Amino acid sequence: MKIKNIPIALMIFFVLAGCGKFKNDTVRIGVIAEITGAIPAVGASCKNGAQMAAKEINDAGGIMVDGVIKKIELFIEDSASKPEQAATVTQKLITYSKVIAIVGPNSSSNALPAAEIAEKAGMVLMTPWSTDPKTTIDAKSGQPKKFVFRACFTDTFEGKVLGGFARKELKANKVAILYDVASDVLKIQAEIFRKSFEENGGTIVAFETYTKGDKDFSAQFTKIKSAKPDLIFLPSYYTDVPLQVQQARRLGIKVPFLGSDAWSSEDLVRMCGSDCEGSYLLNHYSPGTTNPVTQKFIAQYRAQFGGATPDDVAALAYDALGVLAKAIALAGKLDRSAVRDALSQVPSYPGVTGVIKYSAGSGDPVKGAVILRIKNGGFAWFADAQP
Amino acid sequence: MIYFFQQALNAAQLGSVYALIALGYTMVYGVLSMINFAHGDLFMVGAFLCFVGVVVLNLSFIPVLLMAMAGVTMLGVATERVAYRPLRNAPKASAIITSLGVGIFLEHFTLGLSPYPKYIPPLLPSFSFNAWGVSVSTFQLATISISFILMLALYLVVNKTRVGLAMRAISADRGIVPLMGVPVDRIIALTFALGSGLGGAAGVMYAMAYPVIDPYIGIIIGWKAFISAVIGGIGNIRGAVLGAYILGTVEIMTAAFLPSTYRDLVAFSLLLILLIFRPHGLLGRVESQKV
Repeated sequence: MKIKNIPIALMIFFVLAGCGKFKNDTVRIGVIAEITGAIPAVGASCKNGAQMAAKEINDAGGIMVDGVIKKIELFIEDSASKPEQAATVTQKLITYSKVIAIVGPNSSSNALPAAEIAEKAGMVLMTPWSTDPKTTIDAKSGQPKKFVFRACFTDTFEGKVLGGFARKELKANKVAILYDVASDVLKIQAEIFRKSFEENGGTIVAFETYTKGDKDFSAQFTKIKSAKPDLIFLPSYYTDVPLQVQQARRLGIKVPFLGSDAWSSEDLVRMCGSDCEGSYLLNHYSPGTTNPVTQKFIAQYRAQFGGATPDDVAALAYDALGVLAKAIALAGKLDRSAVRDALSQVPSYPGVTGVIKYSAGSGDPVKGAVILRIKNGGFAWFADAQP
Repeated sequence: MIYFFQQALNAAQLGSVYALIALGYTMVYGVLSMINFAHGDLFMVGAFLCFVGVVVLNLSFIPVLLMAMAGVTMLGVATERVAYRPLRNAPKASAIITSLGVGIFLEHFTLGLSPYPKYIPPLLPSFSFNAWGVSVSTFQLATISISFILMLALYLVVNKTRVGLAMRAISADRGIVPLMGVPVDRIIALTFALGSGLGGAAGVMYAMAYPVIDPYIGIIIGWKAFISAVIGGIGNIRGAVLGAYILGTVEIMTAAFLPSTYRDLVAFSLLLILLIFRPHGLLGRVESQKV
């Protein structure tokens, strides 16, 4: 055989092998989760939540598409909490795995590039946890994106709730803020909180920043300490919070902290220890709720994943997949535009994180939030916040 | 005034961590005229060895410190033997690029073993006390004093022992030293050992003060320590320490008195200006190129 023929033969082989992959007998859904990297608990929860939802639907038969019942097949990709990797795996799911819809990514810094790519390719993308308002808005036209949805509320709602809560319930007059200037979503949370808190009559005495990768916050906290706040608003991811709170406590700062939904994972309490006791955070659902749908979900999750209590990301991912499956069944065919249209037509979906309903033209559902308090090493329900 | 002292204490702690790592960079540059970009990642391995020591082996502080230092020392000597010695006579660029490769290898190898950030429970009793209005924590004191002891030990080795004399000789003129009967390879290995040992100790200090670690912490700290070494004059041991405390102070004081967002911008602009006017660093020698 001539040397020239081998590479050509290999190329033909690979092209044919690639074609073979696109079998139409399952409903292919992609999942992008931050499995390795800075926020692995978020990735693990997303994966678990999506897998549990898919297994539940498959065990009950599957989804009826084109007149045939098909099972869901999940394609799980790791974004490593890096925007460039999130973009790469989104492309991979669109062109190579040829999925019908994507669940994820979760952190807004990953969800934004993924959403842009999905929108351009006409791929339905549902992010369980991204609260950045920009995720569902087209950057150029300012209009809502057509193919991007989310399962949670946005920062516009979250910041308003937190600002009101700090002023009215916690009766704080002076609040200091420390946020990540390199993270779009955390910056937005800080800014909306500031606006809301000031509108309610409070004063922001410090507006300090750090950047991604920073571990030493002693200078910022020393400055905050001298401003004498009643409360510190700290919208940081759960792996940064323990370092920040511990350093603040070591500097002699005794006031409580208020966190955003970025605090989400209970791993935070394990790492932070007693320093975080008594602090508050906002969340998408409370494991202590009496809602029977949520209770059933929590019990099932615990049974399937070794007794761990699901966090908000797991619950939202579970809901995200559930809503998508409903929409695919409603559309009745594996066509991305049809699924997109069907999402707005799903009547109120009773999710474990609340009722999810999309109005035509919008990818943002109207949902409520809960305020949790860290007590005895875990998250305890403190208050509800309805829109 | 109290505020200033509080920030000064913060700066001293940060500077101490940078100093331990900067010494590694400067010593290797001194004997080999090469920048070991993997040094920051050796520091990261030290922090992970600290994690293994505390969480897996349940050791107390001193054994963990010794274990991390020993482990990183061995790793440093191994990388020198495997990656840098074969390139001893190759163009400088090859060795530097190789060191970048070693660094990336260490990061991803550790990532493979530990994909999730790890939390290290406190090794020393953690409490703060009030000294004339300044909040002093045991961690700050431990970091500053242990760094000081290690730097003093290094100073004694380099300036008062024959081995140290050999290291300084190789720094001054590598070509002629073997003719004097000095085992150059062994001395270079020893230099790596000392530098890596300090890096390992820095890893433990860091892990105590900032107990959530991941495989990428070496990158930023490594770069900052490298910059400290350059400010002080790369190749000069006293310069490395001086540069480290200067960088730590500039970073903290910028955040203390200006909006903290400008911290990195101002700190590195000042350094840029300093290097424009004094490119060989504060204590570096002006080296003339012999044609």
